[in-house]
Amino acid sequence: MEKNSVSISGKSVVGMKDFSSDEIRLVLNTARKFKQVIRGGEKKLPNLRGKAIVNLFYEPSTRTRTSFELAGKYLGADVVSITSGTSSIVKGESLRDTLRTIEAMGVDAIVMRHKSEGAADFATKAVKPIIINAGDGAHAHPSQALLDLFTIEQAKGRLAGLKVVIVGDILHSRVARSDVYAMTKMGMEVHFAGFKTMLPRFFEFDGVTVHESLEEAIENADVINVLRIQLERQQAGLFPSTREYARVFGINEERLRLAKDDVLILHPGPQNKGLEISSEVTYCANSAIHDQVQNGVAIRMALLDLTLNGGTKK
Amino acid sequence: MKNQIWQIRKMESTISTSLLIRGGRVIDPANNLDKVADVLVVDGKIAAVKPNINFEAHYEYNAAGKLVTPGLIDMHVHLREPGQEAKEDFLSGSKAAVAGGFTTVATMPNTSPTVDNAALVRAMVKRAEEVGIVNIKIIGAVTKGRHGQELAEMRDMIDAGAVAFSDDGSFDDNAKIFLNALDYLHDTGKVIICHEEETSLVKDGVMNEGKRSALLGLKGRPTVAEDIAVARDVLLAEYTGGRVHVAHISSARAVEIVRDAKKRGVKVTAEVTPQHLTMTDEFVNPADTSTKINPPLRTQKDCDAMLAGLLDGTIDAIVTDHSPHAPEEKDREYIYAPSGFPGLETSVGVLFTELYHKGKIDLKTLISKMTAEPAKIFGLDAGTLSIDAPADITIIDPELEWTVDAKNFYTKGTHSPFIGRELKGRVIATIVHGNLMKLNQW
Repeated sequence: MEKNSVSISGKSVVGMKDFSSDEIRLVLNTARKFKQVIRGGEKKLPNLRGKAIVNLFYEPSTRTRTSFELAGKYLGADVVSITSGTSSIVKGESLRDTLRTIEAMGVDAIVMRHKSEGAADFATKAVKPIIINAGDGAHAHPSQALLDLFTIEQAKGRLAGLKVVIVGDILHSRVARSDVYAMTKMGMEVHFAGFKTMLPRFFEFDGVTVHESLEEAIENADVINVLRIQLERQQAGLFPSTREYARVFGINEERLRLAKDDVLILHPGPQNKGLEISSEVTYCANSAIHDQVQNGVAIRMALLDLTLNGGTKK
Repeated sequence: MKNQIWQIRKMESTISTSLLIRGGRVIDPANNLDKVADVLVVDGKIAAVKPNINFEAHYEYNAAGKLVTPGLIDMHVHLREPGQEAKEDFLSGSKAAVAGGFTTVATMPNTSPTVDNAALVRAMVKRAEEVGIVNIKIIGAVTKGRHGQELAEMRDMIDAGAVAFSDDGSFDDNAKIFLNALDYLHDTGKVIICHEEETSLVKDGVMNEGKRSALLGLKGRPTVAEDIAVARDVLLAEYTGGRVHVAHISSARAVEIVRDAKKRGVKVTAEVTPQHLTMTDEFVNPADTSTKINPPLRTQKDCDAMLAGLLDGTIDAIVTDHSPHAPEEKDREYIYAPSGFPGLETSVGVLFTELYHKGKIDLKTLISKMTAEPAKIFGLDAGTLSIDAPADITIIDPELEWTVDAKNFYTKGTHSPFIGRELKGRVIATIVHGNLMKLNQW
């Protein structure tokens, strides 16, 4: 049954915490439509013609920024990207003033990535345009969680009841914190696995189990989401060497045998091959890592269209 | 314009002046006094405290139904002079003190430059006298520049008027330097006020490490960092016989450590803030930096332990840790904002609302922690209504209801987690050396 009453028109996307399962469903269904558009020949839709979107990135990013930029362009919006190295941010302008400056230029949405947790929420209170959080510190990365769901559903045909294991540096991961809300809302069973040095202490969440043993966690898993291990974590003393990390916690073919035969492999990228994931796993038949990139564009098209345009066709 | 809001009766030494405070409930814990009485002030000193004083005073203040207490003492504030006047200065800080009922405040040396030598202490003492609204006491740094490497010239600073020493803002990681500081001050009787968070464990941390930080992704400052620091300093106090005062205690385990140490006779005292008594990390909102403080807001279990410690005498004093910042400094991303918020003007309201009116603390204990006890720790001639004591008096309306609004703050600080809070209990008059400063904005 179609739920016509669900709408996220005008809604800022700060975190999956603020999304109902119906709203998530709406985004996923809309993304399915846009994926066909991306795969088709003509990728210039009129949906957001006359809308202006600014990508405001305070942290380096290739895939997320390009993904949002193309998503906006495919929908006919005018998109400008600002990165912190090339803007008045380096001249010491405050976040509030930068946001207000962009607002004054008449933009409709600001896609924002920032090092500080809470920055996107701060932005929603500072200015009127719709704010799409493209990552705020270790707090949230909602479009990544949505594209993870989308990729899983495309591969498995369903979400509810699946066992997902998120592996690696949970402590510093905005992906893990967004997946937790999105996946549990869609009825999935979530497991975290990592060295205790990279697990948030005192983590408590309904429907989430935390493991210090990878083997214990991935038994019978339907999905494994492998997080990126940043090399500076080793320097910070969270693990002794990349070699030992790969040996004990790297996802390789041997470990995959503990999971279900049709286990789906995800990775938000960019990957450290041979560290958190082996090349064989990245390129194996069960890997959807490459699909995630295209699905990311479809999800971001859906988010922009639904929030800016209410999802209605012009 | 704000200057006109209260009336300052400047006392001139040549003219004898008198003030009679009629019919208030006088609570003077130092003299174990709690009864309805009149308080007579002559020439800036307490002349009499008894019912129905028959005296023709220059000025009478009707305090019926109000509480009359010794002037409140806040032994831990940051008035930001010298060098950080955009955050606060002695004038704005003094006005905030008056509005909050504080007649004596002790200001911390983590300024720019650090108050770590006699010349600066002398300059600050002189500056305090010039401003002359409340008594401002100067705390000197323990180490040069607060770098924790070399002892500051503390004996020179004592001669210049420093009342205590602290490297507040940071924990002195170097145990040997800290031990030396305790030994060096031993015969002076001066206390070292210690910021207790082991540095490596709180690096980059912005909130309590707990369930909430785990969900928000904000980096944590664990209680164990405080517990380790308190344990070390208590052990060094025990070993050297020196005096340690634990600043803004916030962890339940740290309270236990202090309690045990006191039982063993260690010369340790402790203070707690209204925020650590009444707020938890559940209040932390990463889009609002007002809750960002060090040590951070903890859990309900910790708040309960703070109250228990206050009631059983483990915690000696209540302080505000008044830490104002310029609005533009706090109006930014959570991880970049400086820690601290202004507390002088909300302290009494919060404590009355959350503790006294909820039946968690009796007035005598509460007032004692803000008067007699801090006076004792610093050795100040203050915090009592004894005859001939300086006439520093605070008058509180325990039933007055009000809403905290930053627009009414005298401090330059604008961000406080108490803004918007409906409180019951407010200071209505503050008297310093017999000068009545009546707060008549309501």
